[in-house]
Amino acid sequence: MTTLQTVFEKARADKRAALIGYLPAGFPTKDGAVAAATAMVEAGCDVIEIGLPYSDPLMDGPTIQAAVHQALTGGTRIADVMRTVEGVAKTGAAVLVMTYWNPIDRYGAERFARDLAGAGGAGTITPDLTPEEAAPWRRFSAEAGIDTVFLVAPSSTGERIQAVAECCTGFVYAASLMGVTGARESVGVAAEGLVKRTRAHTDLPVCVGLGVGTGAQAAEVAGYADGVIVGSAFIRRLLDAPDEATGLASVRELAAELAAGVRA
Amino acid sequence: MSTEGTLITAADLAGGGVAGNDPDVHGRFGVFGGRFVPEALIPALDEVAKAYQDAKADVAFLREFDHLLRTYAGRPTAVTEVRRFGEVAGGARVLLKREDLTHTGAHKINNVLGQALLTRRLGKTRVIAETGAGQHGVATATACALLGLECVIYMGEVDCERQALNVARMKLLGARVVPVANGSRTLKDAINEAFRDWVTNVDTTHYLFGTVAGPHPFPEIVRDFARIIGVEARRQVLELTGRLPDAVAAAVGGGSNAIGIFHAFIGDPGVALHGYEAGGHGLASGEHALTLTEGSIGVLHGARTYVLQDDEGQTIESHSISAGLDYPGVGPEHAWLKDTGRATYHGVTDDEAMEAFSLLARTEGIIPAIESAHALAGTIKLGRELGPEATILVNLSGRGDKDMGTAMKYFNL
Repeated sequence: MTTLQTVFEKARADKRAALIGYLPAGFPTKDGAVAAATAMVEAGCDVIEIGLPYSDPLMDGPTIQAAVHQALTGGTRIADVMRTVEGVAKTGAAVLVMTYWNPIDRYGAERFARDLAGAGGAGTITPDLTPEEAAPWRRFSAEAGIDTVFLVAPSSTGERIQAVAECCTGFVYAASLMGVTGARESVGVAAEGLVKRTRAHTDLPVCVGLGVGTGAQAAEVAGYADGVIVGSAFIRRLLDAPDEATGLASVRELAAELAAGVRA
Repeated sequence: MSTEGTLITAADLAGGGVAGNDPDVHGRFGVFGGRFVPEALIPALDEVAKAYQDAKADVAFLREFDHLLRTYAGRPTAVTEVRRFGEVAGGARVLLKREDLTHTGAHKINNVLGQALLTRRLGKTRVIAETGAGQHGVATATACALLGLECVIYMGEVDCERQALNVARMKLLGARVVPVANGSRTLKDAINEAFRDWVTNVDTTHYLFGTVAGPHPFPEIVRDFARIIGVEARRQVLELTGRLPDAVAAAVGGGSNAIGIFHAFIGDPGVALHGYEAGGHGLASGEHALTLTEGSIGVLHGARTYVLQDDEGQTIESHSISAGLDYPGVGPEHAWLKDTGRATYHGVTDDEAMEAFSLLARTEGIIPAIESAHALAGTIKLGRELGPEATILVNLSGRGDKDMGTAMKYFNL
């Protein structure tokens, strides 16, 4: 298993930001997700976030909603998520699972942490688990040897950033803007300030996500953050492609553009 | 509370002085409640919680809320004894708390007036809300029209079709109605979409949550603004009968009307509290909204509570003939009342509810909302168990005008 620590050490040695790509398990199909993530890694992604499809994705925009809906309609279950993690981990990338809290809660938090570690996963990102509710998950993750990543937002006060950062291992996820997931014309102006404010509370790497979708945006964010997170833009490529082969080529092309961006 | 002066006092809004009845500092009722939301929303939730605590202690706020409840919503509402209906319910003495007589025709007006005043206090100019049947949407649009607030209502596409009349009412009241086309295209998806709007526009916008579910502090705030129902009813029943009722009955969807009438009685151990959930086509059919009676503990829409979910935590779509009860979650305080044994929850099928709906119309000349008809159907069973010595207080949470389309189809009228 490649750890987040290894990824960020390597990126730092290369004097660049890390590139983190997101894709839900089961999208466009169960095998297609592994193929797409593999293409993303081959073209330059250091970390892959595998989304766990959930029926009520209340912080996701239309693109990820559409992908998740397709994954659930295709019968994607947690066992498929674990198999996807296992498949993608073979590429040598660090693999995280990004999920709303309820599926972990229902599966059993201790069991989920153990199974994810067993599948070669490096950790989780849990966007709706607040520090106040996170203690058991942090304990089970530590026992299983996987990282816990939580989010800070432009609205976060110093006190909240402190509380969130204390829960994080691996890195801190800084949401670039107030809003749902999705590629945008420009990355939120609040992002750079948020990264600065977050650094005052932690020595962990700080990565920026939400709204990043082009090489130029990746380069801009890489100027002040330790990692650049891209999700919806990859999914958009797959949704718009007429067939799977075209989709894979398109994803590979975007990953290469972004990888050049974080090295600019 | 005095009968002169204000209806509302700070004590009426608080947990009624009953120990353990208010959530802890994290908004938990026992293991239920809390906050499971994106971090981006935490400051807004903190801001709402603080503004509410300040408002509750501010006599000017209480006076204004009280004034609106009296002169605009039509409070206090009557308690009506229904003898002919009671004969069917085992001869029990049945008393209806008439929330159907409020302005806009349902108990929802109590909460929206309180939260609309809170919106103004927060310095926000835009209100968003979710709605299922359209009752909360209509009430919200009404309060926004009254206070000059911009109003956007999220409503599932399916619900927009089956509640077209309420869509028209909201538009007439100046609200923008946004049909939600994702997921199951019903209430739960409207809530998801409202949260997405809120996180994007939180600087200008208050999310006027419509039930006692969602992240802290919504379960507490909505409960407190609905609490007047039980506060009034308790006094009225004492005046009318000289004693407390043996049981209080209410329908439970998200749970706001039920908590509103239950809450003033929680400290009265002799008063049984019965909540009636929508059994839809029956448990065996899988088409129901039996969240408390058949669901399991999980997290939905920001709170830990009972949820209809599959073995992997995916929400299962609910069903009810009553759009207002058609929700796969429930307020966390109800989950806590269930697990502590203080309240008991039961299922009532579509057919049982519709029978009670028509029975109240024919025996008493009152057409109830189909939501409230679930409580009436439960009362018939309860009255037959308890017998003629018993007094049962029922929350008649709304009137049935909005349900005429459903009734015409169901009864071939």
